[in-house]
Amino acid sequence: MQIHKYDTVIVGAGGAGMRAAIESTKRSRTAVLTKLYPTRSHTGAAQGGMAAALANVEEDNWEWHTFDTIKGGDYLVDQDAAEILAKEAIDAVLDLEKMGLPFGRTPEGKIDQRRFGGHSRNHGEAPVRRACYSGDRTGHMILQTLYQNCVKEGVEFFNEFYVLDQLVVEENGVKKSAGVVAYELATGEIHVFQAKAVIYASGGTGKFFKVTSNAHTLTGDGQAACYRRGLPLEDMEFFQFHPTGIWRMGILLTEGARGEGGILRNKDGERFMEKYAPVMKDLASRDVVSRSIYTEIREGRGCGPEGDHVYLDLTHLPPEQLDAKLPDITEFARTYLGIEPYTDPIPIQPTAHYAMGGIPTNVEGEVLADNTTVVPGLYAAGEVACVSVHGANRLGTNSLLDINVFGRRSGIAAAEYSAKNDYVELPENPAQMVQEQVERLRNSTGTERVHTLRTELQECMDANVMVFRTEQTIKTAVEKIAELRKRYLDVSIQDKGKRFNTDLLEAIELGNLLDLAEVMATSALARKESRGGHYREDYPNRDDVNFMRHTMAYREVADDGTESIRLDYKPVVTTRYQPMERKY
Amino acid sequence: MATPTLDKTDKAEAGFADSPYITATFRIRRFNPEVSDEAQWQDFEILIDPKERVLDALHKIKWELDGTLTFRRSCAHGICGSDAMRINGKNRLACKTLIKDINPEKPITIEAIKGLTVLKDLVVDMDPFFQAYRDVMPFLITKGNEPTRERLQSPEDRERFDDTTKCILCAACTSSCPVFWNDGQYFGPAAIVNAHRFIFDSRDEGGEQRLEILNDRDGVWRCRTTFNCTDACPRGIEVTKAIQEVKRALITRRF
Repeated sequence: MQIHKYDTVIVGAGGAGMRAAIESTKRSRTAVLTKLYPTRSHTGAAQGGMAAALANVEEDNWEWHTFDTIKGGDYLVDQDAAEILAKEAIDAVLDLEKMGLPFGRTPEGKIDQRRFGGHSRNHGEAPVRRACYSGDRTGHMILQTLYQNCVKEGVEFFNEFYVLDQLVVEENGVKKSAGVVAYELATGEIHVFQAKAVIYASGGTGKFFKVTSNAHTLTGDGQAACYRRGLPLEDMEFFQFHPTGIWRMGILLTEGARGEGGILRNKDGERFMEKYAPVMKDLASRDVVSRSIYTEIREGRGCGPEGDHVYLDLTHLPPEQLDAKLPDITEFARTYLGIEPYTDPIPIQPTAHYAMGGIPTNVEGEVLADNTTVVPGLYAAGEVACVSVHGANRLGTNSLLDINVFGRRSGIAAAEYSAKNDYVELPENPAQMVQEQVERLRNSTGTERVHTLRTELQECMDANVMVFRTEQTIKTAVEKIAELRKRYLDVSIQDKGKRFNTDLLEAIELGNLLDLAEVMATSALARKESRGGHYREDYPNRDDVNFMRHTMAYREVADDGTESIRLDYKPVVTTRYQPMERKY
Repeated sequence: MATPTLDKTDKAEAGFADSPYITATFRIRRFNPEVSDEAQWQDFEILIDPKERVLDALHKIKWELDGTLTFRRSCAHGICGSDAMRINGKNRLACKTLIKDINPEKPITIEAIKGLTVLKDLVVDMDPFFQAYRDVMPFLITKGNEPTRERLQSPEDRERFDDTTKCILCAACTSSCPVFWNDGQYFGPAAIVNAHRFIFDSRDEGGEQRLEILNDRDGVWRCRTTFNCTDACPRGIEVTKAIQEVKRALITRRF
């Protein structure tokens, strides 16, 4: 076991982690621990754009953007955070441009902007061009640009280091962060990183679904590490299903395709979104579009022999426009479906895409131990966190924005904290939990296989807690997850070695997914209303009286070792927008 | 009772109709220094839909047959660059290669990319690759005061370097280059592509510095124009052309 000491440790090297690292490295001795080489992070899969009211191509302002974000999140958004997001968006985009990001350009040479779902002029009047983009590779360009600037700033990376435990120490009744414990993939060695400040930027947890746009590696490691140490998780029942995933595969096809004029059609060729969202049509918010697609499918208007998908139609758009604005997604259709998007509509279905919930933080990125108390020295930003700027449903292009605005804020805040504070003493045997976990899995002779359990989990989640939920389906999921968690104790792996033991890491990742799936389903069961991405068929209306509040889920361990989840609630921060009925 | 549902299940399991499963052999170059100093080939026979990706086949093998099989992967649709490997002798991304496109009637060979040290099975040491990338100063270099708003750039100037912005640093090009195989000191195509991305960006003012780096003994002049890199690039970047453009810029000092 090795022990390292850094002022600031960042967990994860996607957009939020690297944006934080650029700030924090300038101000404090920083280490970035990442389970993937930084450029492998899933920020690179984001396609369509990053919202900012630059008003480069038409009238726009950050107040309209704030409103759209709050409405898009079905009024579960913390309005102070949304205002910061929309205001700082403008500088966030300009900063990236100055760092070298190759944005698409207007004829005058300014950053070009396109339409995107839920982004409107003057509080819902009509779609507005707010998304700054680079073809359909905006996430790729952001990831590359941030990595390039990390190289420029000399950011210190520990590549292929898996953070498996968050060290929380209680001093005078206050929970503080002492550092993290990581597993080095190349050697199997365990490393303790003592740090004055830790920032989690480790991304989402979409891999507990089967049909998902998420990478294999998105297994909620950061959320699980904090949750196991008694820290809460906020609004985990809110998960976004992106309307246009490639049928059966779940690969993302950007909303920018509809921003460029693409249309969703059912088996009769009907543009069905006109029925569900007369103003915004195909550019309504994602939860609305995904439910509409499934309504079409359920009512027998789905396409194909099984009637289990609909079409994304781009055939009326000029091939030059597709080549210039949507080169990657048209290539995905050719590569994976063998179809030509110039002439054929693309079969799509909603795909599990984004966790609105996560580790609760305030607007400086400080992690909360309960509704109000911060954990000194602990920060989170990006998809792993819940600020909450996305509320019950995130608007497209607001995640690339989130990672830049709150990645930067947490990087600055953490480094400033490191400068003013001393190390918290490490607990005795800091690596004990990780050592035991690794040894148990390596030595287990159990009969359960990781793949079997993971597949059963994913199928259960797709069937029971996806776009439509009821008390019964969620209960089914809760019971199944409990069964899987029990069977997980009997899981064994084949690779017993030290070097590059991905068999072992997949088993650990599955444990994280199971814990988080349980939190998600439990939170969903208790929320007896429909709001944004959480739709209960047995409670189809939004209930502001009882549920305009954030869920806070805590892991509780009884004296006899039994685990349970305790749910609490946190008020929503409302500044100037009173909840209204949400129509597109 | 012969219901349509039963019929369909039977067919899917038997491998007919709309689920045409086939048996394919994957011949994989295995290496685990904890077990043996020698690498060896191992065959795996699996039942798989040929419309699936080579990555799906590797997962099937790892998850159902042999958990020790080791490879990197993440996004599974060709944008993260984790899973470059030699498939039937050619560098490709396992997640962007469909089984039906590589003749599954014969054994499909899979081995680690060449020119970088193999650490275990299909995993290579990527550090020299990323070092070459860092050496070309892959970031925007500007002089003078920053403008308040964005730097202006015409759509034509933006288009000039679009091709090389697509790079995902998967190393498929560099590890397909015979010059790189023989001399690991050569920067390799990927680093040059990333230098090109900035040399031809109208906003950048570090072109001269980068050209001097690439004028080095291990720089662009080592390129023998074999086009392996262009063939290998999963993003369709015209890598050899980019290298030629850097060579030309070195001669004319115009870019």
